[in-house]
Amino acid sequence: MKAIYKGIAGALIGFVIGAGGLSLIRILIGLEPWELETGIVVGYLFALCGWLLGVGVWDYWGRGWFGLPLRKYKLTGWRRYFSFDTDHKVIGIQYLFTFLLMMLVAGIFAMFMRTELMDPGRGIMDPKTYNKLMSLHGMFMIAVAITIISGPFGNYIVPLMIGADDMAFPRLNALSYWLTPAVPILLLTSLAFQGWNSGWTGYAPLSVTNETGQVFYNLAFMTLGLSSIVGAVNFLTTVITMRAPGMTWGRLPIFVWSILSTAILSLLATNFVFMVMLMVILDRISGMGFFNPDIGGNPILYQHLFWFYSHPAVYVMAIPGLGITLEVITHFSRKPLFAYRWAVAGFLGIVIMSFTVWAHHMFTSGMPENPLPFMVSTELISIPTGFVFLAALGTIWLGKLWLKTPMLFGLAVIFNFLIGGITGIFLADIPIDLQLQDTFWVVAHFHYTIVGTQIFGLMAAIYYWFPKLTGRMYNERLGKLHFWVMFISFNTTFSPMFWLGINSMNRRVAQYLPEFSMVNTWVTISAFVMGSSFLIFLYNMIYSWIRGSKAGANPWNARTLEWQTSSPPPAHNFATPPEIIGHPYDYGLPGSSHAFFPISGSSGNKQVKD
Amino acid sequence: MTTNTLHSSRFSQLYINRLGLWLFILSESVIFVALLFTRFYLLGVERAPEINQTIGLIITGLLLVSSLTAYRAEVHIAQGNRKAFMNNILATILLGIVFLIGVGIEWSEAFDHFPPGTLFGTVFFTMTGMHAFHVLTGLLLLGLLYLRGTQGAYSKNDYWGAEATIKYWHFVDIVWVFFYPALYLLS
Repeated sequence: MKAIYKGIAGALIGFVIGAGGLSLIRILIGLEPWELETGIVVGYLFALCGWLLGVGVWDYWGRGWFGLPLRKYKLTGWRRYFSFDTDHKVIGIQYLFTFLLMMLVAGIFAMFMRTELMDPGRGIMDPKTYNKLMSLHGMFMIAVAITIISGPFGNYIVPLMIGADDMAFPRLNALSYWLTPAVPILLLTSLAFQGWNSGWTGYAPLSVTNETGQVFYNLAFMTLGLSSIVGAVNFLTTVITMRAPGMTWGRLPIFVWSILSTAILSLLATNFVFMVMLMVILDRISGMGFFNPDIGGNPILYQHLFWFYSHPAVYVMAIPGLGITLEVITHFSRKPLFAYRWAVAGFLGIVIMSFTVWAHHMFTSGMPENPLPFMVSTELISIPTGFVFLAALGTIWLGKLWLKTPMLFGLAVIFNFLIGGITGIFLADIPIDLQLQDTFWVVAHFHYTIVGTQIFGLMAAIYYWFPKLTGRMYNERLGKLHFWVMFISFNTTFSPMFWLGINSMNRRVAQYLPEFSMVNTWVTISAFVMGSSFLIFLYNMIYSWIRGSKAGANPWNARTLEWQTSSPPPAHNFATPPEIIGHPYDYGLPGSSHAFFPISGSSGNKQVKD
Repeated sequence: MTTNTLHSSRFSQLYINRLGLWLFILSESVIFVALLFTRFYLLGVERAPEINQTIGLIITGLLLVSSLTAYRAEVHIAQGNRKAFMNNILATILLGIVFLIGVGIEWSEAFDHFPPGTLFGTVFFTMTGMHAFHVLTGLLLLGLLYLRGTQGAYSKNDYWGAEATIKYWHFVDIVWVFFYPALYLLS
């Protein structure tokens, strides 16, 4: 906890230095000493630096810049999780808790939204509050979706899977985590400054003329971007340089490929959104006019830059979910992963093509550019996605399915992603998009792809790796109950929204025509059932973590490396360094082995008897 | 420095560090790509005629020379000439400071001709400001490098800190190689 106290102190001192220094400069050049938004922005910049320095960057890093000896803390037990710890397993757990908490909060926001939408008129809140709540829910969930698989499981599992003892840059890894708490704090602080109502997309010109709360959204998005860039550099370097001997690119577990693809996207795209958020701030605080048509600026520029990041970001959200799905489906079908190379090609194809489709979000924006190429490229991107899809189906085909909870979630991802994908083709089609733009069809499609793949994939990952993270087994019966409640209520929540969308019920509006009220009541009830399914999940996780039965090193009889060490793994992951001699997914092939540990001489993978 | 030695990688720590640095630079260049895109999207090849060409040319020349001195510094430390290394770092810092002063003069003139409330001013101040911010961070890093140098750090076999800072400085210079024609020469 000491690290956090020092971080908070650093943030306060940083804010005072930043905002105070700014006031001083303003007085010196003859301006008003205090201007709210400029003060917030500059103060925040220094507060963030102060927070990071206080929380551990100074002790682990900064002292070295000045030639002072570094300080390292040797904490044990739960205190490690509240400190600047460089162990990738600790950071993984830190990510998991932070973002599950954010997901919970954002889920509660969603429940309030659904309560408001229960009846067509004014319900529990006025329309402006609804839009602010909608924006908060959106941005919280976007932050969750971008991070919640690659942050926790990318950190915890990827080094284990490739046989490394840690990430390539352990301190940078801790830095990328300790940037993230600023995101929810900023977003919630915005409420003290009237919040913001421009959704998670924060379109200009509304975002330029909005209340002060908007600035917090921009700063939060920039901070999140910074964190994901740092993480992406680390993941790429780790996978390229830290693989165990014999872990060739063709033997890389498919989940590692998905994290690698995600990291490429984050690395190359994120700074676009960083820049565009900065432009909005500059427009607001310094009178610049990027998005101000009066002086020749262009609001459509915002959408170009924003979607040049945010469409790839949709794949940053979806690809790790698909990677988990392939991983889980392979282990629980007891069969080699079908068309491994094509699945990898699918991921990399999505990475490349996702940079060519951004303007399909702008068909109704009035942009002067020809939208047709974007329609074509958007529909083409279903080809690499199809590779991934067929790899999953081919693996299930004739497999000996072992229907444990992670497998059920994996299968659900395939189902949900099919619906999300097919309904996306309608939106990619310009004539139909003109009708469906800004209706609940978009909401349904988006939630089917993101919740349907990312959050269901997350659940598969949590149940699958729970024994590895905790050393204990979750309760299978409760897990299955959670699955069925969540799966059914998810579908009954979001599939009626397609109908609402076709009948042109607008999204982001608190009130609607009375004829939709029946369906909306149904959706709200379903949403509450879905929300409560997470209570089963939480109970299961907490109870099993404390009281669950011991799981052993490899409860799933899986072949990938993370299962070939104790649960939870020791400080440097493997007692002796592993060597890779075969493909990770050769389930059922006689005599095949993935890895062995040369010094102890034991083969890591006994042939699984089917 | 010392904290990463637990790694059992087939690659040397130096290789891992270099890869990380290049990936970071790749990511950072995206900011400037976005700015160049903005410049052409909003203005085409249009340019304010009042821009001060003399100062622009001088500061560009200074920045290019600073890249040369930075390069000389790296060569010298690789050969173990610590004194020449330090001198070249100092020269680089001075050139960088003069560059920033030049940008400052340019800015004070630009406020009169095309303030941030005009379209060209918006683009000009953001592009030069973003670049100057990177120059400033580069100068801070070079300053730390010089400080550590006076404390006796860096030698023939161990100069990653110097190498990284100097690569970053080159990157900042190369950005200006694209920004200078985009802001000063096109019309």
